[in-house]
Amino acid sequence: MEKHQFEFHGGRVRAPKAAPALVGVASSGNLEVLIEPAKLNGACRIEISTAALGFGKIWEAVLRDFFERHQLSDVRISVNDVGATPAVVSLRLDQAVDEFTRPAS
Amino acid sequence: MKQSYHEASARKRLLGVLDPDSFVELLPPQARVTSPHLPALDLPVAFDDGVVVGAGALNGRRVLAASEEGEFMGGAVGEVHGAKLTGLLERAVAQKPDAVLLLLESGGVRLHEANAGLIAVSEIMRALLAARAAGVVVIALIGGTYGCFGGMGIVAKCCDVVIMSEEGRLGMSGPEVIETAHGVEEFDARDRALVWRTVGGKHRYLLGDADDLVEDDIAAFRAAAIRALDAARPPTLDNLLAEHAFLAQRLHLFGTCRDALDIWRALGLKTAESVALLDTAGFLEAAEKIRLRG
Repeated sequence: MEKHQFEFHGGRVRAPKAAPALVGVASSGNLEVLIEPAKLNGACRIEISTAALGFGKIWEAVLRDFFERHQLSDVRISVNDVGATPAVVSLRLDQAVDEFTRPAS
Repeated sequence: MKQSYHEASARKRLLGVLDPDSFVELLPPQARVTSPHLPALDLPVAFDDGVVVGAGALNGRRVLAASEEGEFMGGAVGEVHGAKLTGLLERAVAQKPDAVLLLLESGGVRLHEANAGLIAVSEIMRALLAARAAGVVVIALIGGTYGCFGGMGIVAKCCDVVIMSEEGRLGMSGPEVIETAHGVEEFDARDRALVWRTVGGKHRYLLGDADDLVEDDIAAFRAAAIRALDAARPPTLDNLLAEHAFLAQRLHLFGTCRDALDIWRALGLKTAESVALLDTAGFLEAAEKIRLRG
């Protein structure tokens, strides 16, 4: 397993007072994404635990794109990855934000 | 609209079976109570260790509920996963809810966690029987992709009521395990027709292992769970003796059968060959008069 941590600053979208959300499952070619509000001085922190070794630069590129799409601040995102492709990672991250920001029914 | 129970995630199933907005999770993912064993093997963990537990309502009645996620390590029971189930059942002894729902989807013990997993499964069984002895009805729902096997197959049969769909599978050793241990001549795990007529929901219903058979639909599982709320079978000596007698009689009747088809014919099911083709309603009608009741 390999661990990465990234922090992005300058996000304009503050975390809603939402409950944490979990999407996806840690299974082959898939990942689970936990997203929760966190007091991080406006940062968006993303912690990755992945079974795929040596892809740090790809993670950084995928997560930078993600941050630019959503501009989240004061949000903590944690990922358990079992070898998902970058496209699957992007979709799961978007799904997590969607669940997180959806108004409670 | 029908929503497949088979294809849904553990969380989606649980939220769909319980009353809307009633579920409160215990040890949720953000608590990060994950397996202490998997990192030592350099394997991925899951934030909920593959099982969701908590409290909610079913048709306005107070219940505790758990749902296993088969996609994470085949729903296998590790130390944390097992402790969450045991804790939920012990909570049931203390709080006396109207029922405990167990949405089971598991290959059994998580072999990576060896003795910790084995002990966890035995602790689940003890806690489950304690809950029943305390008068709490425990209901198993089985209709997930990975079936319910190994130690969790035994756990299912420790429950008061077992609800299955045709797609659900319930057994001790799973198909691949039998093939590996005894050879493909004994059991071809890739023969889907053979697998389903041996461990599938219809067969389990005919044999009396499942008490209710429903469509692969979350709403149908919910309706069956509501029906089962008052179907407690307290683990009294009389009930246990009756169950043993039932199992002995079943073995006496079908012990020499080589295939589920032989059992269905012996039960008097005239259309034994077409069982797999019947829709749920048609099957229930054909099964009504001849199925065994445990």
